[in-house]
Amino acid sequence: MLEQQLINALSLGSVYALFALGFTLVFGVLGVINLSHGAIFMLGSYAALLLVEHLALPLWLAMLAAMLVSGLIGLAVDYLVLKPLRARNAPHLAPMIATIGVATILTSLAQGLFGAENKRFPVGTIPEESYNWGNLHVTAVQIGIVVISFVLMLVLLAVMRRTQLGRALRAIAESPKAAYLLGINVEGLFYLTSFAAAALGGAAGVLVGLSFNAITPFMGQPMLHKGIAVIILGGMGDIRGAMIAGLFLGFAEVLTVAYISSDFRDAVGFGLLFLILLVKPSGMFGKVLERKA
Amino acid sequence: MDWWDGFWSTYNTVIFSLGVNAMLALSIYVTLSCGLLSLANAAFMGIGAYAASLISMQTGLPFPVALAVGGALPALVALVIGIPTLRLSGVYLAMATLGFGEVVRVIVLNMDITGGPLGLNGIPLKTEWWHIVLLLALTLYILARMRRSKIGRAFEAIKEDEVAARLMGVNVAGYKLLAFVIGAAIAGVAGGLNAHYTFTIGPGNYAFENAVEILTMAVFGGTSSLVGPTMGGMILTLLPEALRDFNSYRSVVNGLILVLVILYLPKGIWDPRRMRGFFQRKSQAGGIN
Repeated sequence: MLEQQLINALSLGSVYALFALGFTLVFGVLGVINLSHGAIFMLGSYAALLLVEHLALPLWLAMLAAMLVSGLIGLAVDYLVLKPLRARNAPHLAPMIATIGVATILTSLAQGLFGAENKRFPVGTIPEESYNWGNLHVTAVQIGIVVISFVLMLVLLAVMRRTQLGRALRAIAESPKAAYLLGINVEGLFYLTSFAAAALGGAAGVLVGLSFNAITPFMGQPMLHKGIAVIILGGMGDIRGAMIAGLFLGFAEVLTVAYISSDFRDAVGFGLLFLILLVKPSGMFGKVLERKA
Repeated sequence: MDWWDGFWSTYNTVIFSLGVNAMLALSIYVTLSCGLLSLANAAFMGIGAYAASLISMQTGLPFPVALAVGGALPALVALVIGIPTLRLSGVYLAMATLGFGEVVRVIVLNMDITGGPLGLNGIPLKTEWWHIVLLLALTLYILARMRRSKIGRAFEAIKEDEVAARLMGVNVAGYKLLAFVIGAAIAGVAGGLNAHYTFTIGPGNYAFENAVEILTMAVFGGTSSLVGPTMGGMILTLLPEALRDFNSYRSVVNGLILVLVILYLPKGIWDPRRMRGFFQRKSQAGGIN
């Protein structure tokens, strides 16, 4: 029984990690909490659904296209909202409040366009196979989720650690001004980061849509709350931290539901968040954060 | 006076909401004026609403007592959670308060006395128009006095530059806690008033969306003076009535306002300095022509 819970936790946790990855990437590079990440996650899910429904694309292609769509939405949000605030050197709460507004707009637009009710992928889209080892029951969707999430996470980690691009991004994270003086195209990399983060969020949206087979305009908000818990647990801006904290939250939630009560599932993340903020505000892996005045 | 009776019976909740929302916007103004972004005010409103309603429904205590408890309980909670959380700065605080709001929602959802997901129904109608006018006036009076006092100046110093304020000998942690507690008390009283004219409350009334709505009112109006949040709260209460035909896209309008105001009017629509500048420029232009 415990083994089964652990497998469920692994697939849930890797989705949380994947979602939080984009969130933490934007904070690390742009220094902005983008609260529209949850809405973009939701739109990624709808994009895949519409492409499968109307163009009958195969699932893997629909997922790639959904990542592209959500990436472009993220790019648009950056261009229309974050860039003007950057240009004005606005205090750090301004982008946070503005992206709350963006999230509200996107969510209610989705509600207006697609309706408030649950949508499902057409029958036959989602692979039905499942595998049994003794008492263990693992679905193909679960395996796919874990594999895809881990591949995306490791690719991002490798890019950040091993490439020239990653070095430039880390330089920007350290100080955009110094990076600019060193000849790094800071504005361009801001756009790239927003695009990549949103694409990762969209991918997480498709995976969640597949695993629960229920897509609603409101699925972004609870995910956003978990993402917040994850990036604070892992240390804001820390990619490895987001991965580990995401998995950790998945395990904590599944085990709470299994052994305590499902009523408190949504409070687990925030309970952990509170605890971490009290004990070590920089998160499990964060460096001591310098106060930005 | 027939038209008045008809008008009143149709619109009294809207008119009541004008004052209550102004109070809510002021509650978040207090924390913002100290440089804190707290997303917990909806939760504090909820705590106040539940406390006041339960007193009215389950005891024979008079309404003022219910309202007083509705203000005191959230203030107490703010005191307890404020001491550890207010060490956090900027976005961390916003996240922690957002988390607190979620925890309150989950607790309310799972308690028996709060009616769980069904909420409380049949709350007696006790709020009268003059209660709201009186309490709004009182809030404005206290906050206006505070602005010009040592407290108000300390808030402003902290908002401008926390480190400098600390170096000047301002008790930053203490004043932040004070702002947080005052904000919670105002939100709680507003919640108590609100519950006693809507008859019914539920855990969904005090979620993240409501925190955002309250924040929108304050930011829209502008937080550089008391007029801003008051006006912001009132305008955004009337706006949905005016936009009734667009009902399904009401939230889109709300979100758009938030984005546009942050982008183009960072100080809100009521910004004395900008307006003075505008009129001066106009009169100068008139002089030249």
